[in-house]
Amino acid sequence: MHGVFFACALASILAVALICVFLFANGVPAMREIGLLDFLLGTKWSPTNVPPSFGILPMILGSVYITAGAILVGVPIGLLTAIFMAFYCPKRMYGVLKPCTELLAGIPSIVYGFFGMVVIVPLIRWFGSRDVTGLGGSGSSILAASILLGIMILPTIIGVSEAALRAVPGSYYEGAVALGASHERAVFAVMLPAAKSGVLAAVVLGIGRAIGETMAVIMVAGNQARLTGNILKGIRTMTANIVMEMGYATDLHREALIATGVVLFVFILLINLSFSVLKRRKNT
Amino acid sequence: MTENTALRVARPAARTENGRRLHGHLKSRLQKGLVYGAAAITFAVLLFLVAYILVNGIPQLKPSLFSWTYTSENVSMVPAIITTVEMTFLALLIAVPLGLSTAIYLNEYATRGNRLVNIIRITTETLSGIPSIVYGLFGMLFFVTALHWGYSMLSGAVTLAIMILPLVMRTAEEALMAVPDTFREGSFGLGAGRLRTVFRIVLPAAMPGILSGVILGIGRIVGETAALIFTAGTMAQIPGLLQSGRTLAIHMYVLSGEGLHMNEAYATAVVLLVVVLLMNLLSALVARRLTKQ
Repeated sequence: MHGVFFACALASILAVALICVFLFANGVPAMREIGLLDFLLGTKWSPTNVPPSFGILPMILGSVYITAGAILVGVPIGLLTAIFMAFYCPKRMYGVLKPCTELLAGIPSIVYGFFGMVVIVPLIRWFGSRDVTGLGGSGSSILAASILLGIMILPTIIGVSEAALRAVPGSYYEGAVALGASHERAVFAVMLPAAKSGVLAAVVLGIGRAIGETMAVIMVAGNQARLTGNILKGIRTMTANIVMEMGYATDLHREALIATGVVLFVFILLINLSFSVLKRRKNT
Repeated sequence: MTENTALRVARPAARTENGRRLHGHLKSRLQKGLVYGAAAITFAVLLFLVAYILVNGIPQLKPSLFSWTYTSENVSMVPAIITTVEMTFLALLIAVPLGLSTAIYLNEYATRGNRLVNIIRITTETLSGIPSIVYGLFGMLFFVTALHWGYSMLSGAVTLAIMILPLVMRTAEEALMAVPDTFREGSFGLGAGRLRTVFRIVLPAAMPGILSGVILGIGRIVGETAALIFTAGTMAQIPGLLQSGRTLAIHMYVLSGEGLHMNEAYATAVVLLVVVLLMNLLSALVARRLTKQ
């Protein structure tokens, strides 16, 4: 039986190896054919034109903008909520609220996307309409995706930073209070800085979640492959690019989509790497 | 007069002292307000989301949505529900034995600090960070194309199994770790071998923790979309092992993407949400039993 358990334990190694091999083997030839720089820095994505153009810079920037927006929305709220959970929440209330944050993590992304589509997008359309600000826009936008993803990464941010805050020795807090600090001052000036690397790890994990999110983003981001910095305009992420066109793509177009997946995968690997570095630093 | 000047000299100092205290007090107030405000936002959003879906969706749950076969008129979700159950079962059939065995190997057999153990830990951590769309791409390239399984339940289930493997493994490992060593020592002392100890003593004691992880895995499978579109496909039918089928989540994606069946999409969202709520509740209950023991 030892051998059986051992063989099963190798499954995860095998899976990672297979994923790497198959993604790279199918994606790298397209990158070579298009030219790595033309692929990564090309600003025009028109795969069905003659001649076609495969530049994914708009999608890379789309992912970056939306992820940054999600971090701006999600991190302050999530971190403050984590502080609430760790230092303010009465014990009985905690028994109710903690499962709630887990539920927030359990809600399928398709349901989040649907919620964004029927609530957040119309709200932003209304905000941009002539009666209110006149900024225009259809509602499906960077802003909508940022808000929705900000909500979706809340459980990650809350969970990881709460654990980090709780890992700070209680004597730090007691020491601060004994020196005359108020509860708030002890929490914000002593406990929070002590949990810094854990909080940073939470942010990195949140970035990973946000950049890899697909379905929810497709439903609210508008998905136009263009370069824009206007947060009321639509944009397309790398993940959306794959799902939207994979259904009908052939030949080089299909390979270019897989190559988009490779770029996304490399992003994720880098993020994972920095996460484990941060975690290791926390442990030492 | 002298008293007056003394007061006048003393006053600015007192004022800054007071001012600083007031400032600190205000800052504390502000911080406290922010903390409570953020927590209120978080839980209000959750409450609003769940309530919004339920209030708008429950009236849309019509009997025609639950007829046995799918037509473009009744948009029945029964095939999708059966597909979801089938998919969950298949994926767990692969992921649970693999994840559990890995956890048993890591916790009961491997020597601590073993090089291989470190590699396994790193790879599982990597797996848990990979987004579902990348799993979907991999499943399409490997199972659908390279192994010629086509868009099928099998392709989808194996892809999902790999996806939830880290979750099942980590929770199982934590549950095994939580079993006190005295249990094992007692069992060895009575002459049981390692295998017997694992199956008769350690696993039963760790069962609630393992189960709660499996239930969370079910939640992930039920809600998954991106990993399934290009592996299991989107056919609305009750599928065999090598046929394409759409789970509830995919069903909902297709409906809301078409834009013609928003009411039905609301109804599907309700069913999905209720399933996920139940799974979370169940997992929490099982885990609570664990902590009570």
